[in-house]
Amino acid sequence: MASGDDGNKKLKLYSYWTSSCSHRVRIGLNFKGLKYEYKEVNLVTGEQHTPEFKKLNPIGYVPVLVDGDVVLSDSFAILMYLEEKYPQHPLLPSDLKKKAINYQAANIVSSSIQPHQNLAELKYIEEKISADETLPWVEFHIGNGFAALEELLKDYAGKYATGDEVYLADLFLAPQIYRAIKSFNLDMSKYPLLLRLYDAYSELPAFQDAMPEKQPDAPSS
Amino acid sequence: MASGDDGNKKLQLYSYWRSSCSHRVRIGLNFKGLEYEYKAVNVLKREQHTPEFKKLNPIGYVPVLVDGDVVLSDSFAILMYLEEKYPQHPLLPSDLKKKAINYQAANIVSSSIQPHQNLAGVKYAEEKISADECFSWVKFHIGNGFAALEELLKDYAGKYATGDDVYLADLFLAPQIYAAIKRFNLDMSKYPLLLRLHGAYSELPAFQNAMPEKQPDAPSS
Repeated sequence: MASGDDGNKKLKLYSYWTSSCSHRVRIGLNFKGLKYEYKEVNLVTGEQHTPEFKKLNPIGYVPVLVDGDVVLSDSFAILMYLEEKYPQHPLLPSDLKKKAINYQAANIVSSSIQPHQNLAELKYIEEKISADETLPWVEFHIGNGFAALEELLKDYAGKYATGDEVYLADLFLAPQIYRAIKSFNLDMSKYPLLLRLYDAYSELPAFQDAMPEKQPDAPSS
Repeated sequence: MASGDDGNKKLQLYSYWRSSCSHRVRIGLNFKGLEYEYKAVNVLKREQHTPEFKKLNPIGYVPVLVDGDVVLSDSFAILMYLEEKYPQHPLLPSDLKKKAINYQAANIVSSSIQPHQNLAGVKYAEEKISADECFSWVKFHIGNGFAALEELLKDYAGKYATGDDVYLADLFLAPQIYAAIKRFNLDMSKYPLLLRLHGAYSELPAFQNAMPEKQPDAPSS
């Protein structure tokens, strides 16, 4: 679904290959069958702080979605916009309680875990304490969040997080579990449900095509 | 709208007076004219870690809403549930772009600012760094988030954050601005729009009645 050089696609996604927030939106776009142009923003070289990019997103984070003259940032806002504008393959169940569980799981990731593992935070810990302290810090926050997710989802999970269909919670969980395993080598033995979900996601093309290493800006080696 | 001792109200809110996440939901309940029973959770005394409370919310945070046999946590999930179940005084505009701006502003608060100031994270950080350093770190995040909000909302704000009606963004902004001023003594001169909004919220009973110092568990002195 992503193309590095086609300027004619209506949808554009400003993304960085390892950004888990961008990863969520990539899954969503794939899941809904939406083609888009991939616009790389190199977070390591600070491209998110350039005046051009800050005009798109004042907070200087990725992802940003451009849909014609609509420019949106924040993975959640983008996904809710896509959900309403392109209703195929819905991201939310109609049942009120199950919908709420999806929002809650998504927010456990986006408010309780991810803010404590992003590049800016890790840099800060490294500067103020030490590089050795970054891993325990991240593990503390991921561990708390994963323990909560195991509890929250245990009565709802089926093949996927909240039943036998993919929904919003899965779009937030997949990148987070990926990052915990690949970037931080987290011991997942305490989180059997999340590990099982991770395997389930590996069977789905929408999820697989969104993986960091498959993006145009991933290093070739 | 809140009562400390009436067991007959259908809605119950587990809340801490100073929790900004609880504060958001209190505004929402008031705004929609929904009566509820206030259930105090003393986070300083670690009541959120008791087995009873963890059964309600595995992540051990407030707020938690109980609506009959529906038990929900996470301020965003709760507000979206209330929005759908009790549609009076809608929290979201119908315009897709304006709705997205509301989600985005809410998430700037809930994912980029608030996670860095909540008790659990601050306590962990204070053990590793000094209390003064932590305080500066929180103010740094608030400042970044507020600068972004000023940029984001400047083309949309009217009497309130995204126009002349109160919407979701206002429910997230009011507690955050309050905390920035009262708890962190932030110099608001750089954030004129947010300061103006703070003034506007002080005219509204729904917002005023949700203020921390007006809650049943607020200290009397």
